Amino acid sequence: MTTLASLDRVTRTFGSVTAVDDVSLDITEGEMLGLLGPNGAGKTTVISLLQGRRRPTTGTVTLFGGSPADVASRRYLGSTPQETALPDTLRVGEVIDFVGAHFAERRATAGLAEEFGVAEFLKRQVGSLSGGQKRRLSVALAFVGNPRLVLLDEPTTGLDVDARHALWAVLRRQHELGTTVVVTSHYLEEIEALAQRVVVMAGGRVVADDSLTGILGRAGQRIVRLRSDEPDRVAALPGVTRREADSYVVHDSDAFLIELVRSGIGFHDLTVRGASLEEAFLSLTESAALEGAR
Amino acid sequence: MSVVSLTLVHAKYSLIETSRIPIAIIGSVVFPALALLFFVVPQRSVADNPQFATQAIISMSVFAVMVGSLFSFGLGIAENREKPWEPYLRTLPAPGIARVLAHIFSTGLMSIVSLLPIILIGALLTSAEVAPVRVLIGLGAIAVASLPFMLLGMAIGYALPMKAAIAVIQVTFFALAFGGGLFLPPQLFPDWLNAISQFLPSRQARDFVIWAVQGGDLQPLTWLGLVGWTIVLLALVLLLFRRDEGRRYR
Repeated sequence: MTTLASLDRVTRTFGSVTAVDDVSLDITEGEMLGLLGPNGAGKTTVISLLQGRRRPTTGTVTLFGGSPADVASRRYLGSTPQETALPDTLRVGEVIDFVGAHFAERRATAGLAEEFGVAEFLKRQVGSLSGGQKRRLSVALAFVGNPRLVLLDEPTTGLDVDARHALWAVLRRQHELGTTVVVTSHYLEEIEALAQRVVVMAGGRVVADDSLTGILGRAGQRIVRLRSDEPDRVAALPGVTRREADSYVVHDSDAFLIELVRSGIGFHDLTVRGASLEEAFLSLTESAALEGAR
Repeated sequence: MSVVSLTLVHAKYSLIETSRIPIAIIGSVVFPALALLFFVVPQRSVADNPQFATQAIISMSVFAVMVGSLFSFGLGIAENREKPWEPYLRTLPAPGIARVLAHIFSTGLMSIVSLLPIILIGALLTSAEVAPVRVLIGLGAIAVASLPFMLLGMAIGYALPMKAAIAVIQVTFFALAFGGGLFLPPQLFPDWLNAISQFLPSRQARDFVIWAVQGGDLQPLTWLGLVGWTIVLLALVLLLFRRDEGRRYR
């Protein structure tokens, strides 16, 4: 397995803010890697470090064996601009040709536009496109140079459900054709639909790096909310990982409820719900901190 | 992809973008022409003397190219750095020198266009006399002599956020225009000012173009100075380009 890009103990600070904190990560040829985390977790900074747009404060970033700041390292890299970034006065076909002109083995404009659903707009100025159309054009630009590695920063933001599913299908097809893809998102659903390996970031650190099934197992927690006169006894029951006021975080709510009833502790106003991604991140972060303290 | 082909690609799309909003270049075309109309044409002692009139027109042309370069490069780059398209272009495999040269070609072409009204006004409303072939040589000389201004504009654009760039450019172009003898001819300068003036790229550009159009002696300091400013500023621009990570907020 070839390593296409890697971060080795990389830290990046902006003034007093540490956006990326001692992150190590290898991106292997052929994988579809999901970078998952809430806003401000450091996902976009990781992407910009790999693109050579920013330099690490400490540590080393490697892209195709060289520094991402060197032009030669970026010949097989595809990236996506924010949809608000596209130059409004250029026509769609011109934007594709402009970006494509940077690559030795570029894809033909017509075929690319067809695949990403912008073929009918080729003659229109970018400024006249809707947000969703611009987004599709932005993602198409990442693939125009036949790249070996594609970095997609929140590729489906602002798309409706149909357009999102269509874009996922295109991305999966490109991946099957051999392109290595890194996709960031704060939607678990998107990562589930695309990624095989998932890296979870929170507060600038990698808090989990596992297969999709492994991450889903760890993130799949339940929140049991109930009122009781003896909350400390409830929190001490087996299976409770965390307590916040009247909420108890557990892995298996069925087993927990059986234990609760068996214990004879009085309770009322019981509700059970799935943990949100934020809560899952929080517990992953806390367990990472605990492991660090050990 | 070679530096030359990438330079042409970036220059081409930059010109296409400009051509879609042509009114945007009106400032750099009209401003120097108006300055010539107001400051030179009414002064008949200058306008009626073929040699002085020609030199005044050359000064205005250098002024036009200098203002155009400083503003369009400095503001254009500072503005682009605050937009997300520029960071995206930096992820493409294009070397800094191709981006810098593309800016020089596309924006430089626009500055040459801005000279046409000046030459027209000069030919029609003053007694300036220059053979057509000399006009072409003069345009070539201006293209060369404007390199330091373009690079200075780029350096300001890459070093500063847009609002700071506006202020710095205004101060810079005023100092260079007066100090370089583009408003008042250097013959009227006191000796100390004349001595300083000869080290300014604006004075060197003026003297270089006058030499190209009217002949006469070319001081070594003039062309050495232009070459020196170009090399130093090009190195500075490439350094700033590499260092640049877009707009930084604290």
